[in-house]
Amino acid sequence: MTYSLNFAAVWRSFDLLLQGLALSLGLAVVAILAGCVIGLITAFGLVSKSVLLRKPAGLYVTIIRNTPILVLVLFSYFALPELGVRLGKIESFVLTLAIYSGAYLAEVFRGGLIAVPPGQREAGLAIGLTEMQIRTSIIIPLMLRNVLPSLGSTMISLFKDTSLAAAIAVPELTFEARKINVETFRVIETWIVASCLYVATCSLLAALMRAVERRLAVPR
Amino acid sequence: MTSLLEIRDLHKRYGTVEVLKGVDCSMRQGEVISIIGSSGSGKTTMLRCINMLEEFQGGTIAIDGQEIGYETADGVRRRKPEREIARQRALTGMAFQQFNLFPHMTAAANVMLGLVKVKKMSRDEARALAEKWLDRVGLLSRKDHYPGQLSGGQQQRVAIARAIAMNPKLMLFDEVTSALDPELVNEVLQVIKALAEDGMSMLIVTHEMRFAYEVSSRVIFMNQGRIGEEGNPREMFLKPKTERLAEFLKTSAFN
Repeated sequence: MTYSLNFAAVWRSFDLLLQGLALSLGLAVVAILAGCVIGLITAFGLVSKSVLLRKPAGLYVTIIRNTPILVLVLFSYFALPELGVRLGKIESFVLTLAIYSGAYLAEVFRGGLIAVPPGQREAGLAIGLTEMQIRTSIIIPLMLRNVLPSLGSTMISLFKDTSLAAAIAVPELTFEARKINVETFRVIETWIVASCLYVATCSLLAALMRAVERRLAVPR
Repeated sequence: MTSLLEIRDLHKRYGTVEVLKGVDCSMRQGEVISIIGSSGSGKTTMLRCINMLEEFQGGTIAIDGQEIGYETADGVRRRKPEREIARQRALTGMAFQQFNLFPHMTAAANVMLGLVKVKKMSRDEARALAEKWLDRVGLLSRKDHYPGQLSGGQQQRVAIARAIAMNPKLMLFDEVTSALDPELVNEVLQVIKALAEDGMSMLIVTHEMRFAYEVSSRVIFMNQGRIGEEGNPREMFLKPKTERLAEFLKTSAFN
């Protein structure tokens, strides 16, 4: 049996794939931005001297990071309504990905925080800065520079996780591809094109992160 | 006349290890005091208590009559609110052994940060003052350089400018030449000497005995968490009264 490639059917539905991609990006941007905020707060909790902050932060990371994201997606879409929390598909997925990325980013940020020498904080204290001013002007900028390389791959990973929204019928790229697959039976072509779109987007994201890295590099 | 710095019965413990066992010290405006002693004698710890980089468990420290770090009400000793402590820290300036410049900021931005954030100056005012002090330490031409582009000696001079630009009442120097290559030590000592001549009050923890001898109005010898001996540099270095100090000076190659 031979299979002859024919992309015509996929091209006819290419707009759908692009719309899907746009939604994937939208989901990722909102979720990762929220995840960065959650991750940053959690990371400071993880390195805090106070057990009252450290323990809850650790518990959050442990639970979320050790649960498969698909399980979390299904849990918040199917189980949360039973508990009285009713969210739309998209809201439910963004919330899940935000909480999931928060846990991963917390660990990334924590690594960056412990790499900032304690002398930096002391120098800030010595000129009369408050702890909060030290965080915003010194610790966070230095931490970000420390984590940029690994932050890039974490973000790419999180972007690709948007494909799991297909499981609850959010019309993002993977969901649209599956629809085209079913409607046209051009199995190979559809998934090749979808894969190419993921690869292209992630490559762009990687290039963007490298540009940020170069821009923020400390001259020496 | 109240003294600039008044330390009474200062006690400091790390867990069960007592590193300061009752230190008393009083300092007048314009004095330059060097603190010498072997490592582990408590000299750096004492300095770091003065700006609350270390907590201390007993005794009081006052700058210009203002009690630092703790207040006692109804017989209960409490740490002051962080905002108040931050404000009190600005009464002193500190230069560190490892310089601790902010690596992501230029020399000028390092000096400006405290002026803008703590003194609430406009960026223009802060820049002018930063440039004035960078000029004073001989580094105006390097104002746009990042710490990583400066030598150790230059970094330390920027760090001193950063501290002094805040207009502290008292400068604390914590072994500021110990991390420097020998040929870079002198440029930093010259800067400190110039500040001394301007009448800056300074507490200098140092291993540079020759420098301590030349620049200080008084020398304190710390020994096992207490002040072992103190006096003017001539007496201290040339006619030590205690066996301990004589021993220490012998090993620290002062001659």
